[in-house]
Amino acid sequence: MQAGAPPVIRIEGLSFSFGLAPVLQDIDLQVSQGEFVGLVGPNAGGKSTLLKLILGLLRPQSGRIQVLGTSPQEARRRVGYVPQYPSFQRDFPISAEQVVLMGRLGLSPALGWYRRADREAAHRALGEVEAKDLARRRIGTLSGGQLQRVLLARALVGEPEILILDEPTANIDQRVEGEIFDLLAALNARLTILVVSHDIAFISGYVNRVACLNRTLVCHRTKAINGDLVHQLYGESVRSVAHRH
Amino acid sequence: MDELIGPFLSALVDQPFLRTALLAGLLASVGCGVIGTFVVVKRIAFLAGGIAHSVLGGMGAALYFGLDPLLGALAAAVVSALIIGSVRLAWGAQEDTLIGAIWAIGMAVGILFIAKTPGYSTDLMSFLFGNILLVAPRDLWLMAVLDLALVVTVALFYRQFLAVSFDEEHARLRGVPVGLFYLVLLCLVAVTVVLLIQVVGLILVIALLTLPAAIAGHYLHSLGGIMLIATLLGAGFTSGGLALSFTPDLPAGPAMILLAGACYVISAVVSGLLRGYRARRLAQPSLGTP
Repeated sequence: MQAGAPPVIRIEGLSFSFGLAPVLQDIDLQVSQGEFVGLVGPNAGGKSTLLKLILGLLRPQSGRIQVLGTSPQEARRRVGYVPQYPSFQRDFPISAEQVVLMGRLGLSPALGWYRRADREAAHRALGEVEAKDLARRRIGTLSGGQLQRVLLARALVGEPEILILDEPTANIDQRVEGEIFDLLAALNARLTILVVSHDIAFISGYVNRVACLNRTLVCHRTKAINGDLVHQLYGESVRSVAHRH
Repeated sequence: MDELIGPFLSALVDQPFLRTALLAGLLASVGCGVIGTFVVVKRIAFLAGGIAHSVLGGMGAALYFGLDPLLGALAAAVVSALIIGSVRLAWGAQEDTLIGAIWAIGMAVGILFIAKTPGYSTDLMSFLFGNILLVAPRDLWLMAVLDLALVVTVALFYRQFLAVSFDEEHARLRGVPVGLFYLVLLCLVAVTVVLLIQVVGLILVIALLTLPAAIAGHYLHSLGGIMLIATLLGAGFTSGGLALSFTPDLPAGPAMILLAGACYVISAVVSGLLRGYRARRLAQPSLGTP
């Protein structure tokens, strides 16, 4: 992270509740350009809700969110998003390449079909996530890891300045998880990245900073993560297990 | 087969009304291929059924006030589509209950109007089950205009309709006005329903809207391909049903639906067997290479 760089995400005093159930309380968070921030916390701790607020899919009941110096709705097209659960039917008759091309919506003219530049960008994005060979495959025939790569390409093809990922490795095995995070580390050279995970031990090897969210939010430099912190976040029952494969 | 189809073909040459009916079927198949594909992949068949049945309200009202029932049908279909669509966009949940309500209310309104329409009682059956032989030549023009409107709208905004059908959340994040395109898509469904009501009546519409696209979807994996094949299948079912029903003097609408239904069942079984066969071949790769 460069000192003095303007924050690309600035959240001040944010609170949000679904009906009477408070989900987020008085959140402050600043993410600077070029940072790789991990957002961790227990299930139902409000991680996905915070992402949806940053993306402008939900509106805060109090507090302020600025993304890239403007409102989340305005900034949306300059943000790439990889959802935890794909919000589409896996048996939809569509190829991986067509899915990636949808990431170009909003960049090319509204009328008509995709332009040559869009196809080239989709080709490049699939190459970047090492999934060129999947271009013609039907989306329903991809494995979890392959689908995640295609969704990452869909987020990248829109030339985002910030990349937001919600549990990108929740449904795939540990080896592929490492590959995806290596890819993200490489992308971090040009993009600010905010990634949600429930696996604090795993992501701390990649990110600069961890934000712990359980209704309220606490930030830590990655070096400061130890057992006490994990206990504080998840409660007494969690044991940290050191493991290498 | 010859004695079944032969009289139909010679009547096609002699009888203008039969040519009109055949053309009506072909025009309707464009809508059933293009919009039916969206109905199937977006899984809104129940919604389309609700729109179709509510149309009776508009037809009844138009008859009562001495207007063209087809225009009444078009108005009712679009109004129902907009009501169902806006309520879903505004409140999200309980879409199925609302569709059921619109479905029944539309029919009730229609039956009351028809009961109170002065003069001799209108043939309710031809609204419900269609009568392609009664399509007037000027109706063909209206159908052609509706077809043109459908095809042009879908061609211009194909990417947006595809995005809204595939993944609404992502489309919204890419700045696509999802609500607007969803409502336009439902209006296109409404227009298609009116096109098809001419041919098979409002109760059987749902079969022609879904079966051709579903059959094409058994074998094809691109939206454009499914639209093309579904249109051709729709043309085959309407023309085939008309031909098969002619000699034994059966109603044409049910003949078309049974033809489509039989093809759907056969296709479902065949494509299921085909998938199983391919999966077994993939599971034993060594068998093919001695």
